[in-house]
Amino acid sequence: MAYSFPEEVLEYVFAFLSSDKDRNAVSLVCKSWYEIERWCRRRIFIGNCYAVSPQIVIRRFPEVSAVKIKGKPHFADFNLVPEGWGAYLYPWISAMARSYPWLEEIKLKRMVVTDESLELISKSFKNFKVLVLSSCEGFTTDGLASIAANCRNLRELDLKESEVEDLSGHWLSHFPDNFTSLVSLNMSCLGSEVSFSALERLVSRCPNLKTLRLNRAVPVEKLPSLLRRAPQLVEFGTGAYSAEIRTDIFSNLVEAFSGCKHLKSLSGFWDVVPAYLPAMYNVCSRITSLNLSYATVQSPDLVELISQCPNLKCLWVLDYIEDAGLKALSSYCKDLQELRVFPSDPYGAEPNVSLTEQGLVTVSAGCPKLQSVLYFCRQMSNAALIAIARNRPNLIRFRLCIIEPQAPDYLTLEPLDTGFGAIVEHCKQLRRLSLSGLLTDRVFEYIGTHAEKLEMLSIAFAGDSDLGLHYVLSGCESLRKLEIRDCPFGDKALLANAAKLETMRSLWMSSCSVSYGACKLLGQKMPRLNVEVIDERGPPDSRPETCPVEKLYVYRTVAGPRVDKPDFVWTMDEDAALRLS
Amino acid sequence: MENSSSSSIVSTESEKNSVLNLKETELRLGLPGSDFLEKKAGTGISLFGKDLKDEGNNGFSQIPLKNLVSGAKRVFSDAIDGSGKWGFSMKGGSEVDLGNGGSENNNTLQSCLAGPSGKEIGNPNPAKPVEDKKNENNSTAPASKAQVVGWPPIRSFRKNTLATNLSKNNVVEGKSGLGCVYVKVSMDGAPYLRKIDLKTYCSYAELSSALEKMFSCFTIGQYAPHGLPGQEHLRENCLKDLLHGSEYVLTYEDKDSDWMLVGDVPWEMFTDSCKRLRIMKGSDATGLAPRAMQKCKSQS
Repeated sequence: MAYSFPEEVLEYVFAFLSSDKDRNAVSLVCKSWYEIERWCRRRIFIGNCYAVSPQIVIRRFPEVSAVKIKGKPHFADFNLVPEGWGAYLYPWISAMARSYPWLEEIKLKRMVVTDESLELISKSFKNFKVLVLSSCEGFTTDGLASIAANCRNLRELDLKESEVEDLSGHWLSHFPDNFTSLVSLNMSCLGSEVSFSALERLVSRCPNLKTLRLNRAVPVEKLPSLLRRAPQLVEFGTGAYSAEIRTDIFSNLVEAFSGCKHLKSLSGFWDVVPAYLPAMYNVCSRITSLNLSYATVQSPDLVELISQCPNLKCLWVLDYIEDAGLKALSSYCKDLQELRVFPSDPYGAEPNVSLTEQGLVTVSAGCPKLQSVLYFCRQMSNAALIAIARNRPNLIRFRLCIIEPQAPDYLTLEPLDTGFGAIVEHCKQLRRLSLSGLLTDRVFEYIGTHAEKLEMLSIAFAGDSDLGLHYVLSGCESLRKLEIRDCPFGDKALLANAAKLETMRSLWMSSCSVSYGACKLLGQKMPRLNVEVIDERGPPDSRPETCPVEKLYVYRTVAGPRVDKPDFVWTMDEDAALRLS
Repeated sequence: MENSSSSSIVSTESEKNSVLNLKETELRLGLPGSDFLEKKAGTGISLFGKDLKDEGNNGFSQIPLKNLVSGAKRVFSDAIDGSGKWGFSMKGGSEVDLGNGGSENNNTLQSCLAGPSGKEIGNPNPAKPVEDKKNENNSTAPASKAQVVGWPPIRSFRKNTLATNLSKNNVVEGKSGLGCVYVKVSMDGAPYLRKIDLKTYCSYAELSSALEKMFSCFTIGQYAPHGLPGQEHLRENCLKDLLHGSEYVLTYEDKDSDWMLVGDVPWEMFTDSCKRLRIMKGSDATGLAPRAMQKCKSQS
């Protein structure tokens, strides 16, 4: 291009593009833009660690400072992916250690991280700043000790719900005395007690600390000492929030909380003694995010607290809040955007609380900005769902879990097709949907037709036939992730819509009716997909071809079949089809 | 590929019995929920013609065949037209053939699953599947439901916290259904570990038999194509012999991080205190037994 801008100018302009979509679009304009863009992309997001290889990434993007990688499929959270399936971090770290010496950020989700990887991270990246391990596993507190000891410029260490083998709390004491850069620490998933004095000193010497989420082992009496040393905190997670009722503890807490003029987010609250909740009332007017999902407190106490939080935007709570509490929420918190209600006793045969569909309907009516919902309950009706849909057409995420599989509309005993149909019809911006209850193929017809912006769909115990799956795969233009369990979906819809799978990140199907033969065929015909059969009963070719596989995970990839499979995973590809048939 | 389906159709009847028997004896690691699906099998295959018409009792209007092909998005008709390459029984590509092929596939699928072929659509009685699960899973106390793996969809961290909360608050007396307690089970020599839910078992015998099934696959020499290089391969002995003989012992790590032999304490006490399990070589486990007994005595 004779008349193009000099590279430096283009690079400068591209620097303003933060979204991957924009950068990807830019890189397709012409070869020189592709080249310029790839040299100046600093942040990479890899939605599926097996869709690409470290080598391919490094070859294209030579100067990266932040990586975000996701590993196992979402249903791994619910133990549907057997241990040993994969998503190992080490190959990525070992490749990046050589090629990205100035890497600053690593954010991971559902990956297997070893102490070895953590040690390599801590020693390879001199300017390492941010480590977020969300739902990861495979490491111990020794690995954390390496990070603490060696990452001189660490700003963020967030262990978000990872499964850490907790050998001791000693890791925290590995932060050197001259280490002062900490901005965010989330250790709420850990069990062991850390040295409290080490924690106090750490908090004291880190003036930029904005987020501190403690673990359950830190008792409530010790909180004031920490809060006093960090009045600049914006996000705070308590430990166990219980102690014998003593006025001195209470007044210390009140005073300490009052000193925190910038607190916006609170969490923790294990083992809550309700009498201590009022200690926080002074900060409640500024609170925008409240995670009470571990707080076993009854509705009246919850309402007391929530009524003090008019600026609440995000609430996570247990179903102890009940319909009455949700009604109060809808009248006090008009700014509410996200609501998650978790079950306190999901395995009990009978409901233990008075939380029904009514609570959600009330919130949908009273909170005009509500856009994200996760709701566990025991009964639902089409009427309620239709009401919610009409009240809140601005919903973006709607995840409903009716605890009993295949529960019908409790009023009419009909399937909940029309209710969910109303959701997708009215909520035109819906990006994520999780279904539950009794559902026929009809609901999928509605979804396929109306859910144009839907990116992620979760289905369980639903549908009648392949038609259901066909509706979804042939509709839903924006679908990226589809996860299905225990549905009578089989070969026809899958094979007929094979091309669709290349436009998606991944498809998970477990306990469905997809036969081994169909999987082989799919793998054979679609070389750019990895078709993984996961079956713990032994090699699929020891059973008839028509036998359904236990689990199927299909994802697009440019890296070919993976080489780190355990012996209960088979990749269907041309070679495999010839070898095994 | 086209031949395999016809041959499987031809030999269906003779295969049927052997397939059924095979299913009875195969090592199924699926948990109660996966059995449930088989009872609904038989509805999953055919989209056209006769099968759709047969399913007339659900009260919903039938989707006319014509609409399905022409009104539906292109892909289906493309699939039919490109019939020679797709599916098991595509002979000529007409809808009728597909319908026929579909029902034939239906039969082979049913024989494979060996379940009743009732077509349950829009079943207004949701209690049925749960009851079936309950009957299969004898170990569940009547008050709590049989637990399907991963349902309701709650993450482990939250589940474990819930279990602790409920036991602390003694919510229901004598209730055993405190959710799931997932523990990791490792076996010396195996390349990866497993996770099991202790609450699905009622006794040491059940646990032991489940572990035998789970880890016996390591003894059948399946490693060859997929195993990691340099890993120890277990001999082809039955794991039962291994466990009951002197080769391997089952041990667990308790709340105090001590390793104990499994079986010394009452079952309930074990499930409350077990953090993880390890199937270790007998030679490594010497000296465990006396300590375990002492500890038990000192605690009681």
